Amino acid sequence: MRLSEMKEGQSATIVHVGGNGNIRRRILEMGILKGTQVYIEKYAPLRDPLELIVKGYHISLRVEEAAKVEVDNVR
Amino acid sequence: MHSKNLTIALAGNPNSGKTTIFNIITGTRQKVGNWPGVTVAKKEGRIHKFGYDLKIIDLPGTYSLTPYSIEEIVARNYVLDEQPDVVVDIIDASNLERSLYLATQLRELDCKVLFALNMADLARTRGMKIDADKLSRLLDVPVVFTVGNKNEGIDVLLKQAIKLAETDAKTHRRRNVKYSKDIEDAITRLQQFIEEKTDGTTPYNIRWTSIKLLEDDKIIKERILQSTNDLGLEILQTTQALRKHLEQRFDDDPQIVMTDERYGFIAGIIKEIQTTSTKQRVDVSRNIDLVLTNRFIGFPIFLFFIWAMFQLTFTLGTYPMDWIDAGVGWLSATLDGLLPDNLFKALLLDGIIAGVGSVIVFLPNILILFFCIALFEDTGYMSRSAFLMDKIMHLIGLHGKSFIPMLMGFGCNVPAIMASRTLESEKDRILTILITPFMSCSAKLPVYIILAGAFFGARAGSVIFAIYFLGIILSIITGRLFRSTLLKGADAPFVMELPPYRVPMLKSLLIHMWDRSKIFLKKMGKVILIGSIIIWALSAFPKNISYTVDYDSKMNELTASYEAELEAADQALKPQIALEKDAALLAVQKARQAEHAEKSFIGRIGKMAAPLFAPLGIDWRGGVALLTGFVAKEIVVSTLGVLHAVGDEDTSEALAKALRSSGMTPLSALSMMVFVLLYLPCLASIAAIRRETGSYKWMSFSIAYSTTVAWIMAFIVYQGGKLLGYA
Repeated sequence: MRLSEMKEGQSATIVHVGGNGNIRRRILEMGILKGTQVYIEKYAPLRDPLELIVKGYHISLRVEEAAKVEVDNVR
Repeated sequence: MHSKNLTIALAGNPNSGKTTIFNIITGTRQKVGNWPGVTVAKKEGRIHKFGYDLKIIDLPGTYSLTPYSIEEIVARNYVLDEQPDVVVDIIDASNLERSLYLATQLRELDCKVLFALNMADLARTRGMKIDADKLSRLLDVPVVFTVGNKNEGIDVLLKQAIKLAETDAKTHRRRNVKYSKDIEDAITRLQQFIEEKTDGTTPYNIRWTSIKLLEDDKIIKERILQSTNDLGLEILQTTQALRKHLEQRFDDDPQIVMTDERYGFIAGIIKEIQTTSTKQRVDVSRNIDLVLTNRFIGFPIFLFFIWAMFQLTFTLGTYPMDWIDAGVGWLSATLDGLLPDNLFKALLLDGIIAGVGSVIVFLPNILILFFCIALFEDTGYMSRSAFLMDKIMHLIGLHGKSFIPMLMGFGCNVPAIMASRTLESEKDRILTILITPFMSCSAKLPVYIILAGAFFGARAGSVIFAIYFLGIILSIITGRLFRSTLLKGADAPFVMELPPYRVPMLKSLLIHMWDRSKIFLKKMGKVILIGSIIIWALSAFPKNISYTVDYDSKMNELTASYEAELEAADQALKPQIALEKDAALLAVQKARQAEHAEKSFIGRIGKMAAPLFAPLGIDWRGGVALLTGFVAKEIVVSTLGVLHAVGDEDTSEALAKALRSSGMTPLSALSMMVFVLLYLPCLASIAAIRRETGSYKWMSFSIAYSTTVAWIMAFIVYQGGKLLGYA
């Protein structure tokens, strides 16, 4: 499943971060990487971007960027 | 005795409290400038403490040291090339894992690092316990605790930094990130290769250089080529081979694998030094966000804040503006009485004081606006506003944070352009700056009011609204156009931290506000001064104009005849006649002024430029008015007044009448309004554009682009209107 398909209040484990170049690198550097727990805090009022919690802090991603992150074990 | 100089650089993540600590250490003794060649603010401060002269450098806040953003390049180059005595890494203790990513990268560089675990109190309330001694032992780095906003631990921090600077370097090389075997092998092989080839004369530490080469670091590749000539190529070839090998081995880009492994290394450290109690406290920040970024009321609240900021800036700002205006007027009047009539006086009063005065009145606006923006930034609301607006702004190819500068453009372009500093990506910043002038600023409103009022009567309001709307439409088109051509790609990824809300410190807010306002005063001053003098000289010279009418003798005649009439007249009629006399003299004076303006250099330029304006339905007077509008847009109205021989006192109605009888039609008025909306920004805005883009290239581009668009749009309006049968 993709990160962008998750609903508010769901948690999951990141399996793979796709995409290329700077964006991918930037996402990884911010701590969104394989094996990390992620929690969907909320979507912005216009459904984009979304707010996540990883490693205890809040971060926002655009839906198109979140679509490149694969997750598993959604609950 | 001379005390010893030490340089201490502060590094850290954005929102780690780095700037707060910098402010506490240096207080008001700060120097704010730009890093050479880029528009990233550079702050440094000098203090004398514990017998040392300390130079403190506030490096840009970054999450990493890979060269992907200017901030990161600036920070890394500073550490590499300037070699500060100590680098203090400010670590957000409540965000240890992510903060250690930058920390380990600093650790890999060849420099003396000290960790400051900041906001440890916050970490404690979140149920985290950090074993600083163990962290210090594991990474072989001195660690101190600080609470920046409560001024705790700062002295200890400085003492430790001094102690570290005075110890012999190169002792702790062992406790670095350990990568997996394949990568370590590649590093060792590359390292050996470089050592053999260059006798160890690479610009930087060899292990670090090897790591960076394997990560395909553009800047380091260039440096290697520069410093080792032909050997560089060999080194890069070897690197390429090793990278290929690693890529096959891991089925992924080596730099991604290495990022992964660094985090793995960090996870190991975290496990050893941090204990998190299971009891979850109430998170105030999340509760605030339940309201402020709420799906239904998030936007209305945001709009309210923006409205309040606007109100404060432009309503509260009018009071001090009036005082400054009065002060400038008083100064001008006083000097007028004191100085003898000569050219120098005219230059001083009409050129310098009038010109600089017209810009300095914006200072209250700028102070208030920057205070509000500092408040948004320091509380953490700025990133929420970007979170809310990003979807809309992304349609134009911009970042959510571009919204505030663009909105401020409706008030005044100068602070708006300066507000674009809050954007992190340079491309976003330049695009925002290019678009902002299309937001119709408040100085253009008087021009619309006169023109629309004179030619559109009851529909004036709708016409003005349409003009504003046109500006917005063109800014969207421009944004999309430039994003897909000039400033292609690199629409900065929206990977943005939403930091916890914090109570701002007044001192920080004031420093923030003052820093930016100082830039406005200092840099704008020069350009405005020169520009105003040029425009003044163009309209004041040449002095010896051959008038078609001998105004002096005409005035003498009038005076004489009225004097005679006054003598003869009845006592009761005298005041009436005196008034008539004044009016008649004033009319002659205005006629002279109008002819002077027409025959001055700027008038001649206007007449020369007339063929350019003719297709837009704008006569030479309109052309001259537009040229003088370069200093400030309000001046367009007063120039029109002078050229149509209408005085200041009877303004709008008389001018409207004069305009109507001068052959201007509703269509040409509309065309002129469109032109005013879009054409070259005023002098102060141009100075701001030059300053914020850091280049004359973008400044000239902005001038050329906006004026071309203005001409084309006005042409379409006028010629199109004529084709459709409106005259």
